Amino acid sequence: MNPLTNRSLVSICDFNTEEQLSILDMAEDFEKNPNQDLLKGYVVATLFFEPSTRTRLSFDSAASRLGARVIGFSESSSSSVSKGETLKDTILTVSNYSDIIVMRHPKEGSARYASEVSPVPIVNAGDGANQHPTQCLLDLYSIRKTQGRLEGINIAFVGDLKYGRTVHSLVIALCNHGATFHLVSPPALQLPEFIKWHIRSNNLTYREYEELDQVLSFADIIYMTRVQRERFADPIEYEKVKNAYVLRSEMLGDTKNNLRIMHPLPRVNEISQDVDESEKAYYFHQALNGVYIRQAILTSILGAK
Amino acid sequence: MENKGRRKELQVSAIENGTVIDHIPAMNLFQVLRLLNLEGFENQITFGTNLDSQKYGKKGIIKVSDKFFKAEEINKIALFAPTATLIEIRDYQVVEKKKVEIPDELVNMVKCFNPLCITNHEQMITRFSVIDKKELKVQCRYCEKIMEKDDMVFL
Ligand SMILES: [Zn+2]
Repeated sequence: MNPLTNRSLVSICDFNTEEQLSILDMAEDFEKNPNQDLLKGYVVATLFFEPSTRTRLSFDSAASRLGARVIGFSESSSSSVSKGETLKDTILTVSNYSDIIVMRHPKEGSARYASEVSPVPIVNAGDGANQHPTQCLLDLYSIRKTQGRLEGINIAFVGDLKYGRTVHSLVIALCNHGATFHLVSPPALQLPEFIKWHIRSNNLTYREYEELDQVLSFADIIYMTRVQRERFADPIEYEKVKNAYVLRSEMLGDTKNNLRIMHPLPRVNEISQDVDESEKAYYFHQALNGVYIRQAILTSILGAK
Repeated sequence: MENKGRRKELQVSAIENGTVIDHIPAMNLFQVLRLLNLEGFENQITFGTNLDSQKYGKKGIIKVSDKFFKAEEINKIALFAPTATLIEIRDYQVVEKKKVEIPDELVNMVKCFNPLCITNHEQMITRFSVIDKKELKVQCRYCEKIMEKDDMVFL
């Protein structure tokens, strides 16, 4: 039996390194052969208490390619949630109709709570600013696929490192693989101290920079994020930094051949459109990898392989 | 020595049955009274504060007649009075002495300071794991945010 059978995936730390790698290996198999009827007869519920079309379509596509049926809702307006039903009641009801629940919810910790009350396993597709473990696994998959390994890569994170949850999870996951971290951000949006502490406690190195061009020549991966206006109390501060963390095609001249540019999407202007033509642009492919990763997660947790 | 011993005995054996909570940091005495819900309590309570303590400078002491606390009630006060000692008295005799202990997990004791945390929106029990007993840092089991002593609001 798959050791992940019937386990919920709320935070990336719920799966140990070996289990994470088993997901990546299985995803590799789905990339070669995406349509397999492994989940025929299963019902997958996707509950999106806040809209995220991209993530929901990715899960729907993953479940459909495996032959499962998908039920669910998107946005609370179309469901009884807006009539004041508690999260607990919604989860208990939906668990009657499905074998696994994929949920996205604006409140932090909602998925952990759901996993405690639900008789069927929960997959967290984002709980507010807290966790988004399937994004983290697809990021790991993309790194391993483009670099041929996870060990010892030089990765540069750029932009909002303070609030970006995908950055936090990926840093923590990469600490198990001996990465070197290059952190490029305005001083107000630096990586939080507890994540830096995590890097240090794994005897790994990070360096902090304020300019993007300081890391271009040696990075294997550049992970771009959006710097959001809402993060700045002072609009003048935002104006100062908003164009400082934009990647343009002319900046790619002196970069390594194996460099790949990643982004959790959606992007706004932090990667200019002319970068899309470069073979080093990987963000759209990265999103496609999400389908294979989600196929592997659903299959493993439902114990179908 | 002898004199001091007798004075201590007087202090603790002044009640027939009940609990003496000694070595409370003087400045936190009233918070401890509140935490133990002793404000509306009908049994006899005596307390003193700013008493001299060799170990802790100024200390407070509370004596509650006919009341024996459960471990979870007492662990609550460990957050404010980590140095406190509990002395249980039956028939004027000390039957048990315990040190309070900061628990590994705070179950339904404090509120999460994160307004977006699910615990502030559903009727549910809060749980925090104590990640630093000295500095008193706790992590919410749900939103995973780390809260320090000054952020804590008791339920
Ligand atoms: Zn919380």
